[in-house]
Amino acid sequence: MAGPVRITLDDYRVVAPRGAVDFLARLAETVRGRRLVHVTASRYGGGIAATLNRMLPVVNALGVETTWEIIVGTAEFDAGARSLALALHGTEQVVTEAMLERLHATCVDNASRLPLDGDLVMVHGGAPFLLVDRRPDAGRWVWRGHGDLSAPQAQVWAFLRRFLPRYDAAVLSRRSFAPPLPIPRFLIAPAVDPLDDRNRDMSRLEQAQRLDRLAVPRDKPYLLQVGEFTRAQDPQGVINAYRLVKQRHDVRLVLAGPEPTAGTTVLDELREAAQADADVVPIVLGGAPDADLNALERGATVVVQKPLRADYALDVACAMWKGKPVIGSPVGGIPDQIVNQTTGFVVSTVEGAAFRLRHLLNSPELIGRMGAAAREMVRHRFLITRDLADHLGLLAHLTK
Amino acid sequence: MTVMPFVFHGCLAVRELVGPEAWDARALLEGLGQASDDMLFTHTAGTMLRRPVQADAWPNDFALWAATELGDQALAERLAMVDVFDAGSLEALRANLVAVLEDHLHRGPVAAAPAVEPFVFLRAHVVPVPLGVTASTLREFRDGLALVDGSALFYHVVEVRYRLGRDRGDFAEWCEHGLGRADLAERLARIDAHVGSLERMRDRCLGAIEDALATGP
Repeated sequence: MAGPVRITLDDYRVVAPRGAVDFLARLAETVRGRRLVHVTASRYGGGIAATLNRMLPVVNALGVETTWEIIVGTAEFDAGARSLALALHGTEQVVTEAMLERLHATCVDNASRLPLDGDLVMVHGGAPFLLVDRRPDAGRWVWRGHGDLSAPQAQVWAFLRRFLPRYDAAVLSRRSFAPPLPIPRFLIAPAVDPLDDRNRDMSRLEQAQRLDRLAVPRDKPYLLQVGEFTRAQDPQGVINAYRLVKQRHDVRLVLAGPEPTAGTTVLDELREAAQADADVVPIVLGGAPDADLNALERGATVVVQKPLRADYALDVACAMWKGKPVIGSPVGGIPDQIVNQTTGFVVSTVEGAAFRLRHLLNSPELIGRMGAAAREMVRHRFLITRDLADHLGLLAHLTK
Repeated sequence: MTVMPFVFHGCLAVRELVGPEAWDARALLEGLGQASDDMLFTHTAGTMLRRPVQADAWPNDFALWAATELGDQALAERLAMVDVFDAGSLEALRANLVAVLEDHLHRGPVAAAPAVEPFVFLRAHVVPVPLGVTASTLREFRDGLALVDGSALFYHVVEVRYRLGRDRGDFAEWCEHGLGRADLAERLARIDAHVGSLERMRDRCLGAIEDALATGP
């Protein structure tokens, strides 16, 4: 069952904090007449595109003209842009001078044909970064860096850095993700949409049907980790924590993630573990997994997100929105989302995860209390309404 | 007498990373010496706007960092008790923070390891937003206060009083000079801004107004 097809700002009244929707409308009035332009590498797939797809109709309905442009290049450009994205996030790539020149030439070509005459132009990620080399004098240009950019590949960063002063500012998701920059750096944390398929309300019937289809029995409580089947997500560590818990509590562990794209070694290991213990349930999600994840999170007793490294890890906020306490590791944006000992626990070890899982399973009232606090935390800090306000606030501040 | 209506404003903080970075208590002390008043406000009273539901957690960014990143519980506890509401001015706030850190460093031992993540100074650019809600009577004021965005509490009570230096805050000033209700103004001015959250502050203000309505319009 799909969520609402056309979302309006009023739809958020029931989920946003008191007064927040009216605040957004009034904030929009203060910047009406100014034009905001987003530029990305793609209109489909990935968190940025999903967020913009949801945000733009609402912002335009608020009377703030907002457009979304896509940079277009050859297949070689696309391959170079993918390498650039990985290099910016610290994964060493082979990036040649010729690739960088091609990126530059493609951006120059796009700059000549795209309507980039906004009062504020927000350039997302690496692929369109070099558009700024042909920016018009009018308007303010902001580079929106997503994810952890604190340790980019040196050679690539040295090349891009030459163009940074052409931007008026950069926007990063959190302090630790920000590289040193010669321009002002602003912070806007990412957010979840409480009305999309991942987070919308779901009836118990639909939830049960989805769990049945995923072959998750409902005869005992289950712990859940959502994430790719890679070492970086540390599913083996989560299994070890579960085994420590299992000695005292009859629970199940569900590990849900997308089909692996780079080898199935980790998934094979999990399937092996599942053969030895029927209460370990790895689930490979299909192509449109959001509603299934929604059901899994609603059905879980406690959610664990224990990656060894991560970007913002909004899976945490998604689980918190369903009123679940989350036990997470202190990496990426997880500590921003979990208020330790209030909305969940931040742990560094397998033993720490097991200890806190036991602690919660022994205290059902604590699960309820922390889960309620977790949902309120997300309501105030990690909903798309706050994200919208932050973007309009930035527009107001930079174009005043 | 024509009453000048009260115009509710909310606000939004555009957060800018401005440095310096501090990896230990000594560097934080040095950073406090360089930080602007706006930055100090951002990291103390300003957290009420950024962390509206962390009422039971550390009340300012310095204490939060000392506890979670530096692992220095004693320093965190002492920093938690420093705020602009008690200090009365940003200058006094800085002096109090410096005094706590100097004393802590003098007593030692300080945390042996550097912080997991550094403390990075932020500046919050506050964008005021007229909310389109006005009040000319106490009842209208109560009704407006009950429904506006929580940031209005921050703007009219915390921002104008402790950063912009308007003595008792907008609510108290309007009740006294707009409505002639000095009794209510006094109560509103005495509501502890360190009450823990903007919603709790709203509840206290509404409680005072309800009591005032019981004794007159």
